[in-house]
Amino acid sequence: MSSGRLEAAHEEVLPERLSLGKWIFRIASAILIIVAALQIADAAGLASIGFADWRPTLYAFFVWCVGLAIAQVLEHGVLGQQRLFVLPALLFTGAMVIFPTIFGLSIAFTDWNLNAQGGHHFNGLDNLRTLWADSYFWNALGNMVFYVLTVLVQYVIAFGLALLLNADIRGRKFFRIAFLMPFMLSPVAISWMIGKSLMENRFGPLANFARWLGWSNAAFFTDPWIARTAIIAMDAWVWIPFMVILLLAGLQALPHEVKEAAKVDGATGWQSFWEITFPLMLPVSITAVVLRTIFELKLADIVINVTAGGPGGATDTISSFVYREYRDRSNVGYATMVAEVYLIIIIVFITLILNVANRYVRKVT
Amino acid sequence: MTVDAAADASALAERDDTVAPRSFARLVGRFAIYALLIVWTFIALFPIYWTLSTSVKLGRDVTQGHLIPWVDFMPSWRGWQSLGLSPDTFFNTSNVREEFLRKFINSVICSVGASAFAIVIGSLAAYGLSRFDYKFGPWRNKDISFFFVSQLILPPVVLALPFLVLYKGLALLDTRIGLILIYTLMVLPIVIWVMRDQFDTIPMEMEQAALVDGCTIWGAFLRIVLPIALPGMVAAFILSLVLCWNEYFFASLLTGSDAQTLPVMVASQTGSSGINWWTIAALATAAITPLLLIGIFLERYIVMGLTAGAGK
Repeated sequence: MSSGRLEAAHEEVLPERLSLGKWIFRIASAILIIVAALQIADAAGLASIGFADWRPTLYAFFVWCVGLAIAQVLEHGVLGQQRLFVLPALLFTGAMVIFPTIFGLSIAFTDWNLNAQGGHHFNGLDNLRTLWADSYFWNALGNMVFYVLTVLVQYVIAFGLALLLNADIRGRKFFRIAFLMPFMLSPVAISWMIGKSLMENRFGPLANFARWLGWSNAAFFTDPWIARTAIIAMDAWVWIPFMVILLLAGLQALPHEVKEAAKVDGATGWQSFWEITFPLMLPVSITAVVLRTIFELKLADIVINVTAGGPGGATDTISSFVYREYRDRSNVGYATMVAEVYLIIIIVFITLILNVANRYVRKVT
Repeated sequence: MTVDAAADASALAERDDTVAPRSFARLVGRFAIYALLIVWTFIALFPIYWTLSTSVKLGRDVTQGHLIPWVDFMPSWRGWQSLGLSPDTFFNTSNVREEFLRKFINSVICSVGASAFAIVIGSLAAYGLSRFDYKFGPWRNKDISFFFVSQLILPPVVLALPFLVLYKGLALLDTRIGLILIYTLMVLPIVIWVMRDQFDTIPMEMEQAALVDGCTIWGAFLRIVLPIALPGMVAAFILSLVLCWNEYFFASLLTGSDAQTLPVMVASQTGSSGINWWTIAALATAAITPLLLIGIFLERYIVMGLTAGAGK
């Protein structure tokens, strides 16, 4: 964290510049409002101008953004120049999040189905009632609980691997690159590479290996629990490197004496790990687990491509459920409602674990 | 623990080392470490090896579980031939190859475009948040940072359907520019996170000196800070590149044919059962090769990008 901030030298803004800036902003706003109003009137059938799409409003929004930026510099001088740094990202993120949120909420309360005749209508809380009674939704949510709980197992494995890489070994660079490789691959490619070929139940090497171990009908995607475990194993294979890298960086940043002590105390290595290394690693561990949980909650690609949620919804995640609801049934309204409810659950859940983690770290350190 | 205590402990350990059982235990310990490292290396690399080797196999080699080329089976170009990418078909015209190259170029344009755009606006925002005190109404720096980083928890499914409607209205469905915009939104929180960490580690003295000498804020940023922050920008860029290249959810929902990216092509091929294994394997190999190369040669930057800010 920077200790101080760069100070803005105060300067007098000339009145002409001030009013020029104000006018530029007013004109840009007027353009945006007029174009948007014309398009809305056209879409509502009040005026027949015949716009092909909403691009003119988009361009007017660009103009407004540029006008806003120029006005900031003209009106506020150095302060405006400072604001110019953060303005593009703010306007971009704002526009990209606000419009979809409005659209999302307006769609979520309709019975919009792309296959249905007669467009879409507001249907109040019907979607919420459907969701409450939808066993597929609750099933997918239950699966998500399982998937998220496995993050702890993944964390233990990742911590072990990070300790191995941090040990005094030769060829660390080679092992580090080898361990990182799965993280580079696309989940879609992995779905085929592992899910559909290595785990193929007739001649996939993994199935052969399982048979050799004595599991006679080596089918990975027929039993619900085995299927769930297989899916999470693939996902863990991709993401464990991510946690390994975070934890390894944490281990390498430990104070020198601690490392020496931990290395030297061969006989009490287990003890020194629990008493020294683990508590010191707690902040990094929590970062790794929270980030991994956030990404776990987005799990979709592998499920969509390997099992499509099967057998009988056993591997479904909320994302893959919504995907099928839209792709197979064209149920836009209901699918959006499910997604919005899921977002609220995620926000509550993440806020909760962040609070618990903060309190826990404060208690231990 | 004090330094003295550590020295004592190490002296103690050295003395212990001369005792035979202790050094035997050490040997076993080292052996175990290497054994575990090799086991995990095998787990990490075998699926990749399997894919690469399957792309040069014939049907019977796959069904009989042959693994080692030239020993178990003779490599053949069948898979690559069907993609039009094998040496003997490379100079003939091939529809499949054209199809593949179109998707490949789409993937390149979308991921490079989105990463570059995110780096530009993300670095600017990160620098501003690292150096200046903002006040937008009730919003201070902390709130703005939180606003950006909190986008990370947005799952793609929440954005996908509204964007479908939005893009339909804006005629951006199935366009590269539409995909670039949404990918930028996806990687922007990560870029801002990495770059803020980067700028926070750069001392402010040089900029202050430049400002005193009459440099503008933007001049100081472009001429002094940017060159120092370049490695961090490369790291953030490569991390974004990997995430965008692998993205499937948005690409499959928001593109039809023109702007389709490689993951969508791979997914549609693997979904149909009539396709040969070696063809899919060749396709998967071609899709992951750029990333394998990035992973091998630019590992340093990926690690740098991932670990930014994790130590705090």
